Amino acid sequence: MESALDEIVQEFLVESYDSLDKLERDLVSLERSPDDTALIAGIFRNLHTLKGCCGYLGFEKLERVSHAGENLLGRLREGSLSVNAEVTDTLLNVNDAVRLLLTQIEQDGKEGDFDTQALSARVRILISGECAPAAAPAPAEADREEPLAPGLQSEAPAGSLSQSTIRVDVGLLDELMNLVGELVLARNQLLQHTSRFEDGSLQSTGQRLNHITTELQARIMKTRMQPIGNVWHKLPRLVRDTAATCGKQVTMSMEGQDTELDRTILEAIKDPLTHIVRNAIDHGIEAPHRRTLSSKPAEGRLVLRAFHEGGQVNIEIVDDGGGVDVDRVRQRARGCGIAAPDTLARMSDREITQLIFHPGFSTADEVTNVSGRGVGMDVVKTNIEEIGGQVEIESVLGQGATVKIRIPLTLAIIPALIVICGGQRFALPQVSLHELVRLEGAAARSGIERVHGVPVYRLRGKLLPIVYLSRALGMPDPAPVPEEDLELNIVVLQGGDQRFGLVVDAILDTEEIVVKPLSGRLKGLAVYAGSTIMGDGLIALILDAQGLAQRAGLNAGATARALSRLSEAQEQASGADKQVLLLVQVGERRVAMPLSAVSRLEEFPADAIERVGQDLVVQYRGGILPLLPLKSLLGGSGSIGDGDGLLRVVVRAVKDGVVGLVVDQILDIVAESFETHPVQSDPLVEGYAVILSRVTELLDIEAVLRSADIGFIGTAA
Amino acid sequence: MSDSVQICTFYLDDLLLGIDVQQVQEVIRYQPMTPVPLAPPVVAGLINLRGQIVTATDLRLLLGMAPTDFSAARPMNVVIRNEVGTVSLLVDEIGDVIEVSAADFEPSPSTLPHALRTISVGVYKLPRALLLLLNTDELITSGSSQAAAA
Repeated sequence: MESALDEIVQEFLVESYDSLDKLERDLVSLERSPDDTALIAGIFRNLHTLKGCCGYLGFEKLERVSHAGENLLGRLREGSLSVNAEVTDTLLNVNDAVRLLLTQIEQDGKEGDFDTQALSARVRILISGECAPAAAPAPAEADREEPLAPGLQSEAPAGSLSQSTIRVDVGLLDELMNLVGELVLARNQLLQHTSRFEDGSLQSTGQRLNHITTELQARIMKTRMQPIGNVWHKLPRLVRDTAATCGKQVTMSMEGQDTELDRTILEAIKDPLTHIVRNAIDHGIEAPHRRTLSSKPAEGRLVLRAFHEGGQVNIEIVDDGGGVDVDRVRQRARGCGIAAPDTLARMSDREITQLIFHPGFSTADEVTNVSGRGVGMDVVKTNIEEIGGQVEIESVLGQGATVKIRIPLTLAIIPALIVICGGQRFALPQVSLHELVRLEGAAARSGIERVHGVPVYRLRGKLLPIVYLSRALGMPDPAPVPEEDLELNIVVLQGGDQRFGLVVDAILDTEEIVVKPLSGRLKGLAVYAGSTIMGDGLIALILDAQGLAQRAGLNAGATARALSRLSEAQEQASGADKQVLLLVQVGERRVAMPLSAVSRLEEFPADAIERVGQDLVVQYRGGILPLLPLKSLLGGSGSIGDGDGLLRVVVRAVKDGVVGLVVDQILDIVAESFETHPVQSDPLVEGYAVILSRVTELLDIEAVLRSADIGFIGTAA
Repeated sequence: MSDSVQICTFYLDDLLLGIDVQQVQEVIRYQPMTPVPLAPPVVAGLINLRGQIVTATDLRLLLGMAPTDFSAARPMNVVIRNEVGTVSLLVDEIGDVIEVSAADFEPSPSTLPHALRTISVGVYKLPRALLLLLNTDELITSGSSQAAAA
């Protein structure tokens, strides 16, 4: 704690020296233009900030002196006192006194025995002078020669601190960063060339350049880094105030406050951190009497921890409060309508706990001043995800909760996977990456299946929606390749709440890339997160997983809903004695068939139908698919296909190929347990059952295929 | 000479165009470009300008001419900038930097096609030709608003 305080004081000193210099300049210019109200306001603000810091750090004398100066400036600002040499002198004396005190603090951490009385008195006289103008000048005059800040005029020995650090414009640092990036590229190219020569001295110079460049890059990166303590130091006060408001007793400790982060990220986590801490005190830590009842110390403990791990920064906010009551969250989630009761029932405790990050969720029974307004943890989550981070909560009921945040070290340089699509390189940020799947030969051909025309892949038994990068970007489809050379590279990504597989032509390698924002005309393109310069000097676009998911319509469209229904249905089925059924409409009848009997769902334009003898066929995946109009098989009449010129076909794999059952509408996929009632009248129908509160006929697919007496079996794979 | 300005000139086919030399960052030969799928057609691609990534604009499209055929042409880059950003204009040929007098300036004729009128400031009457002065701010910032609307 000692060193943390020291650091804060040091920073305060540096800042104060800076503002003193400015104050001095401003005071001098004020003398020249005494009516400049904006200038007075500026000086006032400056001194006020300084005073605020003194109060916070407990430097009383410093506070008193700056307070006196502030009073005087206040009169000037109001216009009840006008600027003259007298006033300016006093203000400059205040300035000098502050400087003296700062030097003293820098030397031994204390304010010393400096007497502020004389200065305060003089200010009082000046201020009261406005009430008794006649009396004022005399004492002021008398005081005039007395050294108000003994041993110190404006030539104070400037603190060593103010010389060992300088303030640098962040824009300049960014430029340096760019230049170093360029240097790295030039170095890479040079090294490639030098390796071709046998010249020893050239080689060693190259090596030296290599080392220096790497070092330089690391140092420049470091200039943008700041310790997380910079954000944390505001928290003790927050904890104290929040605890007082909630009537709780809390001590806070911090670990790893020197963990460094890029300043942009630091900025971004400030608010989420504040919120989490506030939440921990309001919801987490119990009131003292309740803590005593559960034999815990009356004083709650809050620990902030930060550390580096795997190129990321981990921040943990640990409290020893009541933890998250899973049952209550479940109840509340049902109340808020966040998820369906049966879904909630199936979720693990861990998953339930994460629901507190869901928009519109709050377990607080009452809305307090501090939290419980239903906005909060979801905003925390959004903010952290925006900077490529993750947040989750772990909790043990009765023992406390830990919020874990993982964020990248920097936004400027990120690890990314380089992929190729349409002959062009693209970068995929590692943070949105889950895994890579590679399918070859026959697996590549049949791996991607379709649900109602939407491509999906079965990843360990769960359906993964598939997005083709080339199509999402409106690039031409790649030329077809013979099956033995066929390969399919699927990058499994997390975009928003949706996990999906992105099909790319090739996967190269992971690289550290320097992110550069897109400008002007390209800013509106959500599929890109930026651009970067590759080792060969060419540019690659950085893809945004969420933008891609949105573009592909995964997050909003009906497809996503159907898919989530499907995986839900499958999950439900795996648990209970249920069967997953595909519901279709055939004429007036509602027909169900086991989903396991279905290979794919396809749509064809009605004019794609051709005839072979008596049979209807369509060309399908390089072969021919015979079609069975279910309507006429079931004794209905009318044309096949719907009014919209599209043919919905349920593709069923049979021994040597495939056949397609033409239906009018594909309705739904459901998991149901039902009682089958036998039907005698129709040999193609196994029976009927009530499914989704409607009478539905269960199709006997084998009988359908037999009765159809297909002249041949389709050749499509 | 305070009423004269220096103009960096360039050609698209026979059309003589110019930009105030103060707003031209540099002129460079053809650069390999990274195409940006889904971008508006006027965006020909991205070029790497010593570490700065700059959008190359197909000026022909902006002027309502047929787009550049990149399989045959190797257009030059005129890199212009203002406070908002930097943009490269793809042009056929670079002309001289010429000094023109304000007395020879006239606003664009109202019969000029709309596309041209929005991105140009006016015309300088040179002894042997007419020079259309382009509006740098419009070329750089209108792009952003177009993208936002798209």
